[in-house]
Amino acid sequence: MTLKRRLLALGAGLASVFATHAGAVTLTIATVNNGDMIRMQKLADDFTRQHSDIELRWVTLEENLLRQRVTIDVATQGGQYDVVTVGNYEVPIWAAHDWLVPLEDLGEDFARDDLLPAISDSLSYDGKLYAAPFYAESALTMYRTDLFDRAGLAMPESPTWEFIRTAAESITDRDNGIYGICLRGKAGWGENMAFVSTLAHSWGARWFDMQWQPQLQSQRWQAAVAFYVDLLRKYGPPGASTNGFNENLALFQAGKCGIWIDASVAASFVSDPRQSSVADNVAFALFPARGDLQNRGNWLWAWSFVIPAASANVEAAKTFVAWATGKSYTQLVAAESGWADAPPGTRQSLYASAEYQQAAPFADIVLRAIEAANTRHPSEQAVPYVGGNFVSIAPYQGIGTVVGQQISAAVAGQLSTQRALANAQYIAEREMTRARYRD
Amino acid sequence: MARASADRHKLLVTVVAWGVALAIFFPILWTVLTSFKTEAAAVAIPPQFLFFDWTTENYAEVWARTDYLHHFTNSVVISLGSSLMGLLVAIPAAWAMAFSPTRGTRGVLMWMLSTKMLPAVGVLVPIYLLCKRAGLLDTRTALVIVLMLSNLPIMVWMLFTYFKEIPRDILEAARMDGATLRYELLYILAPMALPGIASTLLLNVILAWNESFWTLNLTAASTGPLTAFIASFSAPEGLFYAKLSAASTLAIAPIVVLGWLSQKQLVRGLTFGAVK
Repeated sequence: MTLKRRLLALGAGLASVFATHAGAVTLTIATVNNGDMIRMQKLADDFTRQHSDIELRWVTLEENLLRQRVTIDVATQGGQYDVVTVGNYEVPIWAAHDWLVPLEDLGEDFARDDLLPAISDSLSYDGKLYAAPFYAESALTMYRTDLFDRAGLAMPESPTWEFIRTAAESITDRDNGIYGICLRGKAGWGENMAFVSTLAHSWGARWFDMQWQPQLQSQRWQAAVAFYVDLLRKYGPPGASTNGFNENLALFQAGKCGIWIDASVAASFVSDPRQSSVADNVAFALFPARGDLQNRGNWLWAWSFVIPAASANVEAAKTFVAWATGKSYTQLVAAESGWADAPPGTRQSLYASAEYQQAAPFADIVLRAIEAANTRHPSEQAVPYVGGNFVSIAPYQGIGTVVGQQISAAVAGQLSTQRALANAQYIAEREMTRARYRD
Repeated sequence: MARASADRHKLLVTVVAWGVALAIFFPILWTVLTSFKTEAAAVAIPPQFLFFDWTTENYAEVWARTDYLHHFTNSVVISLGSSLMGLLVAIPAAWAMAFSPTRGTRGVLMWMLSTKMLPAVGVLVPIYLLCKRAGLLDTRTALVIVLMLSNLPIMVWMLFTYFKEIPRDILEAARMDGATLRYELLYILAPMALPGIASTLLLNVILAWNESFWTLNLTAASTGPLTAFIASFSAPEGLFYAKLSAASTLAIAPIVVLGWLSQKQLVRGLTFGAVK
């Protein structure tokens, strides 16, 4: 081959390489780093095999950091991310600002009708779906059957707060390091306030009246928070004011808690004998209600994919979102990892599956909890907001965290409940005025 | 009698020094130990110190899940780049302030230091928008510039302090012998202030290596350094302490080794001029 021909061949080769590269789309996907998302990254080869013209780049971060980063980017139309994982807290706020692409056309495999109504409703704004749910959770009561048997108690499937208090008192055995109840006490809008908001709603309280006036000093809030503080101080573990989800998970798995009321995602952790020393003695009940109210607080959280309006690759991003949240993905996880690892809480078809029911003994109660969650009417009183374990308005992250600090201080014994709620009311009023929700 | 008292004093000082050193080192030791535990052992109650089933599975998972070398390379480029670029600006600035002070020098120095008191989050959105407009989001260039600027006051202050200890007469003698400004800076001042320059460089490499606000907020998938690597291993729901400890150990190991190897230079530089 002459030099000229060699150069021509080399040029043609390079041209084809660049042509291929130029045709490829690179999607930058920002995800939270929970187990289900990490599993999806490992299975993403299935997607790139089907779509060789789409490359995936991952940014995997802890929840709070992810929220901070993607909020800045989405709000400034930075366009760094093509697909972002968010919760149902952000979706209505971002959709109202036109920061998101509507997801009305994700194809047959996505099967919108198969989504649990509570989930698709929480991810919609003005009747349009703006986020595709990946997995969802509500809240449950988890308890130790051996300790209940020993105390001669039987947990009802739908317990009341009054029963929970009686049971916690009977089970507590401080001399042997057994605490009747473990609850979140660590301050933060996604930590103690996720629980306290749900608890308050179940007591008939509400964050705001219809004129956005904070209601934190109302009689119902006072009663709900006083009950929570008293329960945790009398029957909770030492240092409860600094315990969040993971600290309580560790305590429950080590056999230190009789009852733990928290996100339903914990059910699979405490039932797993590889990590839980009490896996054989765990059972589940619904989130407690107060007396005859039959309101179980309406905790609902759905990790979901959204496409920022500033993305330059909307069509490719939709292709990816349809793959990651479609019915086929559930089948893929089941085939590769087992039915117990299928992303829970989003699809009716998953709960209709006999294989899933067998692999996840808590499936029915999780489904009941999610189906019962009504985030548009979280309290028995009328509310101007959406959300059971949060309030879906922009100032809530700040308000929730500062109010959480006051309530955490009450659990630690540094403030009385009345003082904590008076401080919380003052802060909430100030922030809502600054955010122009009220004069 | 006096000798026994001196021995007792020496022993006490030694014990206190070891106690303080161990207290400072304990979090690192605990992180390393936790990295070799299972997730269940990492949160065991009571905590397990040495007697647990040692495992390297966390390192294997951390290595498999993320591209450590990619993050490591970003950390090296960003920390070295910002520190070297900072020196290029800080040496002439500190020289001018040390050897040709004006009435405003003290005020300028104090103003530079005061910029460190502004919380970084206060300027996050403007800096983010500037980077976006300049097309510098998720680039090493943006991080090198931002970290260089944020550490510049410390560099200027450190170098100013070192330069003040150098006798002016030597520089004046060089000038009388015909030394140009470039010659004076490179061949007279720099060799005499080398310990100070080296410790300034080293300290800023460490500061830039550990910086986690800008490196997390201005990067996405391409240029995340080891701070982003660590941040991908903690989770609000689910146990992660052992894997996070393994990631942290991998992230701090290079800078700990660097500090260990250069501790003499570092101590010499930091105590330069402390005793006259």
